[in-house]
Amino acid sequence: MSVSFARSDASPALRAFAADVGAEGPVRVVGAKSQWHRGRVALTDAREVRAPSGIVSLEPAELIVRVGAGTPWDELDQALSAEGMLCPIDGPSPLSTVGGLFSVGDSGFRRLRYGHVRDLLLEARYVTATGDLVKAGAPVVKNVTGFDLCRLLVGAIGTLGLIGEVVLRCRPRPQVQQWLVSRTVDPFAVRDCLYQPSFIGWNGQQTYVCLEGSAVEVRSDTQTLARLSSDWAETAMPPFPRGRRLSRRPRDLRHAPEEFSGGAWLAEIGVGVVHLDASFPPSAFEQPGPDPAVRSLNADLKRAYDPTGRLNPGVTP
Amino acid sequence: MFKRAWRARQKLTAAAVAYGAVESDSELLRDLRSAIGPARVLAGSAEKVLYGKDASAIEPVAPSVVCLVETVAEVQACVRIATRHGRPITPRGSGTGLAGGTVPLGRAVVLSTTKMNRILEIDTDDRLAWVEPGVLNLDLSKATIPLGLYYAPDPSSQQTCSIGGNVGTNAGGPHCLLHGVTSAHILAVEVVLPNGELAMLGGTGADSPGLDLRGAFIGSEGTMGIATRIAVRLVGNPPAVRTLLADFRTIREASNAVTSVISAGMLPAALEMMDANCIKAVENWAKAGLPLDAGAVLLVEIEGSEEGAAAEAEAITGICRNEGARSVRMAADADERALLWKARKSAFGAIANLKPNYYLHDAVVPRTRLTEIMERVLEIAEQNDLMVLNVFHAGDGNLHPLLVFDKREPGVMERVHRAGTEIIEACVAVGGVLSGEHGIGLEKRDYMHLVFSELDLAQQAILRNVWDPLGRWNPEKVLPSGVRCGELQHVPEGAWV
Repeated sequence: MSVSFARSDASPALRAFAADVGAEGPVRVVGAKSQWHRGRVALTDAREVRAPSGIVSLEPAELIVRVGAGTPWDELDQALSAEGMLCPIDGPSPLSTVGGLFSVGDSGFRRLRYGHVRDLLLEARYVTATGDLVKAGAPVVKNVTGFDLCRLLVGAIGTLGLIGEVVLRCRPRPQVQQWLVSRTVDPFAVRDCLYQPSFIGWNGQQTYVCLEGSAVEVRSDTQTLARLSSDWAETAMPPFPRGRRLSRRPRDLRHAPEEFSGGAWLAEIGVGVVHLDASFPPSAFEQPGPDPAVRSLNADLKRAYDPTGRLNPGVTP
Repeated sequence: MFKRAWRARQKLTAAAVAYGAVESDSELLRDLRSAIGPARVLAGSAEKVLYGKDASAIEPVAPSVVCLVETVAEVQACVRIATRHGRPITPRGSGTGLAGGTVPLGRAVVLSTTKMNRILEIDTDDRLAWVEPGVLNLDLSKATIPLGLYYAPDPSSQQTCSIGGNVGTNAGGPHCLLHGVTSAHILAVEVVLPNGELAMLGGTGADSPGLDLRGAFIGSEGTMGIATRIAVRLVGNPPAVRTLLADFRTIREASNAVTSVISAGMLPAALEMMDANCIKAVENWAKAGLPLDAGAVLLVEIEGSEEGAAAEAEAITGICRNEGARSVRMAADADERALLWKARKSAFGAIANLKPNYYLHDAVVPRTRLTEIMERVLEIAEQNDLMVLNVFHAGDGNLHPLLVFDKREPGVMERVHRAGTEIIEACVAVGGVLSGEHGIGLEKRDYMHLVFSELDLAQQAILRNVWDPLGRWNPEKVLPSGVRCGELQHVPEGAWV
């Protein structure tokens, strides 16, 4: 047997990124800074580095794409669209980078249908605190070969390693996308009657639905919705309040109008994510932290992967 | 920290694997019996053989004792006692694993969760269920389907495998093509950690704070603790299902059809292949009407609305015909669909009628390389004078070449091992990996360096060592021994059948 995988298969851009990160001194990876506030505790001085940008390979027959972590997600989405593919991620800005989205770990608006963003990451090539370029996962759609470091990297906000390149699972791009809005329909009734809607949103006054799929599927779903009410109207994707993002149990969103009466909000029904505008005070809706054993594991992992605390200092996932 | 932990782990492992280097079992047994009662502490020779193996071809290794735990408190008590006695711990579900993951090394204490088998809660509003780890996979779906929901991961062993074991291996199944593997369906896991503390990983809200420890734990094969309670995500029953059986003259035609379906922008719920040898073995037993003269069949399942599923079934039928299918049969009703799936999922059992032993691999290759890799698998089997049957998740590129043999035949084990290694090397050479759903366990750990560099493996070792600094939990599994030092060892001599 021979070692078949070597760092020689890394692109020059990826190797240059590893060299930029180096092995010493505080270092912070920068994307579009569209989620710069996430996980921030107390930012300290650190050298800034940028991950490679651009699509490395796009394989429609495999439904996967290999892309530099510094690539804007909108640029990736357009390239995938041209090949009839979809990677269901989206960011607060068209310039939000792929690496930034996975490092933060927020799912896109299609989570109800396509699942959590962490399940899209098949392979990550990242730079360790010692400046080594390593990989987790592989460019295949099913893989339990070893421990799952990809899951650990998603949402770690670059505190365990700095992601340089990723391989993502894609889906066939739906032929049709239709956004509908109703002022009378209970969003939970929509949840109960549709098989796989991409999104059900509720702001207390309006219920939004995104239907995607073949023309036949979308027509079938619109007929199902018509049985709930006659007031459905076609609409554009609603604006998402970008002040804060909260997590709730999906059932608890029934009480959203009372809980979030102080400003604008949009809740993802069936998922449990609530998007709030900036009018809510920062101290409102404190979310409980993890239990002590979990907190301890988080801290131990950070110390083990980054003993000197040089990766994204001042940030805690 | 890592070096210190690694040295500690090596020391413990060396001590534990060398039989007789630790105290006798009598004090250990006394303490365990005192903690959970004598009836559920098993130490008889027959029991040790039974719990010393899984469903793989690896020979049993007797544990010191087997504890049939029933509660979290009992799990914690057993963990603390085993730790105090310096014994390794091997968590175990139903023992249906196929990689030696639950073969207990080093005079281990086996913690069996088969008696923790209650479905604790089914929440139809949030589409989730809380279960104990010993709940059988199929039992969960049987309980939820009448409520309009089901648990999507469906390993072929789903009648006997447990949810806890599924979490341990990050198990898959035919319908994971559309719905994703176990990790995508686990919301939260309550875990007794190696230090005996109880922790809740993940949660039932949309997002959980901190690192995704839930994701790191799933698929860790018993090396990072033991699950005691699990919240699973349930999927709505599809309004309509269509099941197709496409009959091809050759594996090449069937493989090409798989690529064409995906390339056409369709992702069925399941896309499975059986080759000629497998069809004959299965049909002889299942009587499902499989075409005995076919080179390969594809079993395709489509979920969706009535109109959507019908349209996709028609499109896939057309693609199969274009790729050379002699016929495409659609299951007429639920009974016929169940019969076809019974044939698919009973393939491993049917093989017992051919030869007494089998060696199964679980490699994954890029879907577009299926055709060439399948031809290579057949070639390798022929060169090694072995019979191979192929029944696998073609849509995922997840192969299951089954080498069947009689271990009493002189020289056969050498040929089996050679063929297995050649198959793995061929899969890795086209960009594949060692395992798609069975895990690494003991069986494949020495192939890990084919896929990962030393530095990659060291990153995985850090994860394991943070959870279990002394390496007491399921030692010698997943990672090659001494990976940090570059001293790759091999599965112990005589470990195989």
